[in-house]
Amino acid sequence: MDAFLSAIRYNDWILPVLLVLPVAGAAGVLLHGWLAPRSEGNTPERVASQVKVMTLAYFIVEFVLSAGLWWSVDPNSAAWQAYVNVPWIPFWGARLTLGVDGIAMMLILLTTFLMPLVVLGGWTSVREKLHSYCALLLVLTTGMLGVFMSLDLLLFFVMWELMLVPMYLIIGVWGGQRRLYASLKFFLYTMLGSMLMLVAILYLAMTNSDTTGRPNFSYDYILSGSTMSPTVALWLFGAFFVAFAVKVPMWPFHTWLPDAHVEAPTAGSVILAAIMLKMGTFGFIRFALPLFPTAAMNETVRTIILTLAVIGIVYGALVAMVQPDFKKLVAYSSVSHLGFVMLGVFALTEQSVQGALIVNLSHGISTGALFLLVGMMYERRHSRLIEDYGGIAKVMPVFAVILSIVSMSSIGVPGTNGFVGEFLVLVGSFRTQPFFTIIASTAVIFAAVYLLWALQRIIYNPLSKPENRHLPDLNWREIGLLVPLIFAIFWIGVYPAPILEKTKAAATRLVERVERGTANAAAGLGSGR
Amino acid sequence: MQTSLPVTGNPIADTAARFLWLLPVLPLLGFVANGALSIVAAAKIGPRDPSEIHGDQDAAHDDAHIHEDHPARHVHAKWVSVIGPGVLVLAFALALAIFGGMLGVDTHQAYVQTLFRWMPVGDLHVDAALQLDPLSMVMVLVITGVGALIHIFSVGYMRDDPGYPRYFAYLNLFVFFMLLLVLGANYPVMFVGWEGVGLCSYLLIGFWFSDKANADAGKKAFIVNRIGDFGFLVAMFLLFANVGALDFAGISDHIDRLPAGGALVTSICLFFFLGCAGKSAQIPLYVWLPDAMAGPTPVSALIHAATMVTAGVYLVARSAVLFSLAPVASLTVAIVGAVTAIFAATIGLKQWDIKKVLAYSTVSQLGYMFIGVGVGAYVSGVFHLVTHAFFKALLFLGSGSVIYALHAAYHVTHKHDDAQDMRNMGGFRRFMPVTWVLMWIATLAIAGIPPFAGFFSKDEILGSVFARAQGSSLADASWLGIPGSTVLYIVYALGLSAALLTAIYMTRMMLYTFHGPNRTGEAERAHLKEAPWIMTGPLVVLAVGSVFAGWLNLPELVPIGPLGAMEKWLEPVVGAATARIAGSETHLPASTEQLLILVAVAIAITGVAIAVVRLKPASLLPKRDAPEPHGIERVLEHKYYVDEGYDIAVVRPTVSVSRNVLWKGVDVGLIDGLFVNGSALFARSLGWLGSQLQSGQVGTYAWVLLIGALAVIGAFTGFH
Repeated sequence: MDAFLSAIRYNDWILPVLLVLPVAGAAGVLLHGWLAPRSEGNTPERVASQVKVMTLAYFIVEFVLSAGLWWSVDPNSAAWQAYVNVPWIPFWGARLTLGVDGIAMMLILLTTFLMPLVVLGGWTSVREKLHSYCALLLVLTTGMLGVFMSLDLLLFFVMWELMLVPMYLIIGVWGGQRRLYASLKFFLYTMLGSMLMLVAILYLAMTNSDTTGRPNFSYDYILSGSTMSPTVALWLFGAFFVAFAVKVPMWPFHTWLPDAHVEAPTAGSVILAAIMLKMGTFGFIRFALPLFPTAAMNETVRTIILTLAVIGIVYGALVAMVQPDFKKLVAYSSVSHLGFVMLGVFALTEQSVQGALIVNLSHGISTGALFLLVGMMYERRHSRLIEDYGGIAKVMPVFAVILSIVSMSSIGVPGTNGFVGEFLVLVGSFRTQPFFTIIASTAVIFAAVYLLWALQRIIYNPLSKPENRHLPDLNWREIGLLVPLIFAIFWIGVYPAPILEKTKAAATRLVERVERGTANAAAGLGSGR
Repeated sequence: MQTSLPVTGNPIADTAARFLWLLPVLPLLGFVANGALSIVAAAKIGPRDPSEIHGDQDAAHDDAHIHEDHPARHVHAKWVSVIGPGVLVLAFALALAIFGGMLGVDTHQAYVQTLFRWMPVGDLHVDAALQLDPLSMVMVLVITGVGALIHIFSVGYMRDDPGYPRYFAYLNLFVFFMLLLVLGANYPVMFVGWEGVGLCSYLLIGFWFSDKANADAGKKAFIVNRIGDFGFLVAMFLLFANVGALDFAGISDHIDRLPAGGALVTSICLFFFLGCAGKSAQIPLYVWLPDAMAGPTPVSALIHAATMVTAGVYLVARSAVLFSLAPVASLTVAIVGAVTAIFAATIGLKQWDIKKVLAYSTVSQLGYMFIGVGVGAYVSGVFHLVTHAFFKALLFLGSGSVIYALHAAYHVTHKHDDAQDMRNMGGFRRFMPVTWVLMWIATLAIAGIPPFAGFFSKDEILGSVFARAQGSSLADASWLGIPGSTVLYIVYALGLSAALLTAIYMTRMMLYTFHGPNRTGEAERAHLKEAPWIMTGPLVVLAVGSVFAGWLNLPELVPIGPLGAMEKWLEPVVGAATARIAGSETHLPASTEQLLILVAVAIAITGVAIAVVRLKPASLLPKRDAPEPHGIERVLEHKYYVDEGYDIAVVRPTVSVSRNVLWKGVDVGLIDGLFVNGSALFARSLGWLGSQLQSGQVGTYAWVLLIGALAVIGAFTGFH
């Protein structure tokens, strides 16, 4: 595999291709939408299935292409992998700089792995404006991948905003009854954060300008050369913090999430939870912590963030417990799970950071699967209310088995992905933050409470409602799209070592860089006095 | 930090032990096969477009499928009957082979078989590794041996259930996790088994999930266990942060990093014990076990009597090196065990459901085991675990036969009555003489009547407590300000009282079930009969164990065979820890010991006698005619209202606060109401503005914002 990849110079072109392919696909889809209905004998049904197959094909090609990263990326190298650096807007000093490390690579693979499944998940449930829907999914993918591979702050910001708009439209057009409210809330929350981040990015670019006064957006340049007073660092960190905290979402910036999730169509919920929530924690790992180590590790700041993370963990679980709407329950469970990621990142030990990355991946897989399953329930019964179900294991045994497996993984039962991430986060965090870790650990109890309670009321108990007597079980398409997720659940649960190997160096670098940054600052302060 | 033992240098490695990995794999294969049979037979793949079906078609057929009063035997029942018990028999044979291999060699060094790296992160090394030593061998033999018998019994008991393959899939999976629990070479692998058995317990308690009570009971078991698991986790965090290792060998090597008697090792042990209290149903987390009787009776025998619930005892014995350094924690274990033993025994006195009597009896006997391991008599705790596995499995399976018979009789006469209530039984010895005799054997064993197995193990526990009170590191310690020796004498007194109650409630159960007049009803009486041999056969084997298991560890005073065999066998694992607690005074003077035995036997006989003299099975009324109990009887029948108390004190406030304060108050009220409504107002005006500018297209002003953002960039660069 290695020889083949280097023979085709895979690393030289893969990242730009991954970025461009979906956009090109979107153009193709729109073109088809314009041409196909005009051609002779093409029924609307045929047009619809053509566009779905086409979109699926794009995403499968995207995944197959990206899969090579697993072999081509050297996770232990200190240099960026698959690095591309070409001029973009010379006048502003912005460049198209792309590159990945082990962490970014895993998130890219998560994205390309999930997107075909997302398309399959909405196969029969999306019927209106199908071409726009497919095109938006493709554009969104470019934005998400761009966030993970941008090494230029302006490019990063453009990508960050690029994924916002399609998601806003997906919720607002194909969403549920309160879709307008939800999409607006989502948009404004996120926009509020990203505007502050934009200001901070601009400040960084300006202060790192070269001799001609041209700003410099290069991540590497800013990272190596940036000097700033602690106060400035604190402000800049604060700006990044709001942007990322909204995305994570950290308590109390989370209330857009339940609404957005509930109103979004299945594809929107899956992408939001599985991929877009990862942007927040990725932002902390890639930008906020390395760029402003002193601010992030400032005792007060750190305590505040850890407190918010732990509140999120417990609060999310407790509020999830009392939700009558299953989709909302899953949404709140995300608040809890992402709290673990924040705890792991800010506890800043090798185990906790690596654990945070695994929680990121497993949350993407398990919660993604849960939303897909909710979508399948909704397509059959047109209700997301838990109380409308009960006893459906009798009529939908395959669904019941898969829902149980996915729930166990979300609860964090050992042997599934959920446990590995949570365990590593907690065991690592305990070394530096025992107090917060013990409180966070209570979530293992609450997670069992909310999911098992919901599980019981959905698949167990008497099959008493006549509407549920004849619910059809999953079909082959649905089973087929869930099987890869179940495989991933057990792979990460039983044999995560290869993945940990991929992210190890990047995680260690983060820990070392932040520790070095704070140590330097402390030394600097000492000599200054 | 991990010390991997050299595989070649270990004497055990060259025996059958190299097939150790196959032990858990066998039941796992059984799970996969049975699970596949179950799901393939049940699956009816849905239509391509799931929203199209509205379910009116073949409604009649579906209804027939769902409402099965007389379910047909499962299509794959034959295969399941072979695979399910088959893998267990094979595993037991393998376990015997491994045991045979261990007999001749030096077992002081545990044999660790590393399968693959599980979670290697920095200085944390967690391998998927199995460890074989005398202690895990004992557990493996109990699990596969008693497990195989219960699997065979299940063929008879469950064959006609429509969920037959699913039942065996769960049961096989349980054995897989249980073996992982006792064979794990480090705490995380043990934790996989620990939670895995909890998961299977959940699935099997709620096996007949269409009844809400069963599903409730399963969920309760899982959640209460998770409270314990929280303790297990925190103990692991403390260990890793302070010792730097999570594997048993590594912890032993670096045990000097934990100061003896210090707060650190004490908290580690107490957090572990919280885990034990959950899994092994001790106060305050015992409440799930009686409810767990909702599962099929063989499940109660295997999981909720013989194996899973003893995992906590195993955990303490496995962590003996830690507990022996923490006298306060050890005393806590003993005290909690003693209080649980007597507390559960009092409840057992007034239960009418035959399985509930046995459930509280199990809680009580587990308390005994914790007394043993708590006072550092690890061998006696494990010894009682083994004998208990025999006689309690026998009691449960025997009660299963009784329920099976009564249920079958009700089925014939179409009567819907409680087949588990002893008030509906009586006089069964005439209909089920074999079961009657076998259950009396088990009853005498659990009551502590010599020469049955329970007498030896229970006596050894009580004797150890007395000896420790006379002189040990525990006696010198102080527990909440009380001298350790006083605590131990109290534990001894509680244990002795619990023994009296045990004899009473067990005799009561036998009298009400098998003696006196029959209360089942005229029509049903004719159909009461002994269970088939596939069920009674395993009972006979267990009865042999209940009689002779005492020979596994005979005291010096009863020299009727090899003395202290189990003590010698387990010495490499727990010998040092026992010595650290007991000091040199491991044995009482012979005269004292004789006196103690005499007292114990007298108490057991007194208990049986009290029950025989005082109880009048003849005056009992069937359940439907029975009067409501009063006073203390009522309190006991309602189990001291502990469940109700937990509900009022914990469950309801948590749900109510979560719903009304956190969700509707903070989320909807404060954050959304106060902050976001402000933004919403802002958003509305923005939307209005946008619509003015952009002809009302909902999506377009999103682009405007993006362009605006880029404009800001331009503006900034313009400044320079």
